[in-house]
Amino acid sequence: MPSQASSAPIIEVSGLTKAYGERTVVDGVSFEVGEGEIFGILGPNGAGKTTTVECVEGLRVPDSGRVRVAGLDPVADHDRVTELLGSQLQESELQAKITVREALELYSSFYRTPADWRPLAERLGLTDRLGARFAKLSGGQKQRLFIALALVGNPRVVVLDELTTGLDPRARRDTWELIEEVRAGGVTVLLVTHFMEEAQRLCDRIAVIDKGRIAALDSPEGLIGRAANPSVMSFVPSAPLDPAELAALPGVGSVGDKRGRIEITGTDETVNAVITLLVRRGITAGQLHVVDATLDDAFLDLTEERTPADEDGRETASAATA
Amino acid sequence: MSAPTTTTPAAAAADPGDRRRRRTAFLAVLRSEAVLFRREPAALFWILAFPTVLMVILGLIPAFREPDEGLGGRRVIDLYVPVAVLLGMITAGVQVMPGVLTTYRERGILRRLSTTPARPSMLIAAQVVLHAAAIALSALLVLAVGRIAFRVSLPAQPVGYVLAVLLACLAALAVGATIAALCRTIKMAQAVGTVVFFPMMFTAGVWAPVETLPETLRRIVECTPLGAASQALNDAAGGDFPGLLHLGVTAVWVVVLLSAAARWFRWE
Repeated sequence: MPSQASSAPIIEVSGLTKAYGERTVVDGVSFEVGEGEIFGILGPNGAGKTTTVECVEGLRVPDSGRVRVAGLDPVADHDRVTELLGSQLQESELQAKITVREALELYSSFYRTPADWRPLAERLGLTDRLGARFAKLSGGQKQRLFIALALVGNPRVVVLDELTTGLDPRARRDTWELIEEVRAGGVTVLLVTHFMEEAQRLCDRIAVIDKGRIAALDSPEGLIGRAANPSVMSFVPSAPLDPAELAALPGVGSVGDKRGRIEITGTDETVNAVITLLVRRGITAGQLHVVDATLDDAFLDLTEERTPADEDGRETASAATA
Repeated sequence: MSAPTTTTPAAAAADPGDRRRRRTAFLAVLRSEAVLFRREPAALFWILAFPTVLMVILGLIPAFREPDEGLGGRRVIDLYVPVAVLLGMITAGVQVMPGVLTTYRERGILRRLSTTPARPSMLIAAQVVLHAAAIALSALLVLAVGRIAFRVSLPAQPVGYVLAVLLACLAALAVGATIAALCRTIKMAQAVGTVVFFPMMFTAGVWAPVETLPETLRRIVECTPLGAASQALNDAAGGDFPGLLHLGVTAVWVVVLLSAAARWFRWE
């Protein structure tokens, strides 16, 4: 992925803490986002993702810690931060009877140097809905309008919370392309998601937040490499194999036998060791599959320790990938 | 504000431009809200047309057009003109505006606006301005139709009348703002609005003009914001400058209610 943080960070969050009453929602979160980076915040529901970005947007006042956007405090310098930061909020609506055109015109009038909303609307497939009232839009159209409103001020940073929720697969892919174009134009993107494919496809780096803390912060590839068992291989051996012998190979996580089909989870090293063993024994591996772990696996490994309820989720996920 | 040494010069330099930009943003919000207000035919009917319609219906009753000895030679229709003026205010302030404001809050519209250089308070201010404008139109329509159709003389003390109308309008909008501030949901605001609507109509004299009420009841009603305003309007209609007591009661209510609304209003 291009353009990692090279210059001074445009978003700095350090030691951010926020509690609602007795409940601490964000507990000492720190990260920095470089200009032009697509930075993902990934985490289970209720992990504190939205609260974290709301502090970046200046919608919430942190209990403690420091938040800076382009060196400005989003609360104290709210006026200046809103000029350079565009937001798409998770749950917000517009006036039921405002039309798409009116909303785009109104919002672009708030900014010093707005983008031309027409090409933006066209890029988001809203051109034939410009006269439609907000209440008459489909969920996906509303979502695309909010993305347009986040970009209409020509921001240096956009914060997108649950970007593609409610979009169909085609619109989702289009939106991902748009985000990549936006970044190519030098805009920094802070992306909140619980959608792995989206994070893997778009993000340069990802902070995995769990229970208000950062559980991991790395590139998608780095996170996948941290999965307990990054590779899953499965095959039907031409002759019986001793599971104990397989389990003794380096890096093996688990060995399973599903009606004659052997499934081994482990590392790259495991894959090589299994192949060497098969060659030495003169056993051929029918229907051989080797599947790399996905961000899903890494995510579940990172967040499962303190959430045992997700155990089942992980098993289905790895079974599905294998 | 942090680090005054670095922020002060920049802030001072940017200040006049910022103020101009804020004014531009407010005007844009106001224009947009005005367009949306025009798309609410039901609200427009109840605020703009209904008070006049009610006055016309009452005016069609022959007895109401006869001078009444008990009313000092005035006709019932003469007393109903100020009442109809107040009715438009109550509908706008208590029935319509709190619903709009709580909807803007509940649906995250205020919140969305607070992530832009515009302020959510601009939306509230625009709503107050538009409702006040609708009230003014409604009042002018009542006065014009009353004059033309029933020869109700225009207020003989126009300055006092305008002052009383302004105070009453502020009082009705302040009641609405307080409802919007204290009610957490749209449903609650609508329920409270309806509950408050009827006593306010009563105190404004919609069912029986305040002057015709029995002495004790009249004294009580004169302590309410619209009861006092109603009497002030009557005085001004008849040619006297409204009593300072009536104007004062309404003004105190305005101050108290607006402070309460500002104190308890929740942005989300």
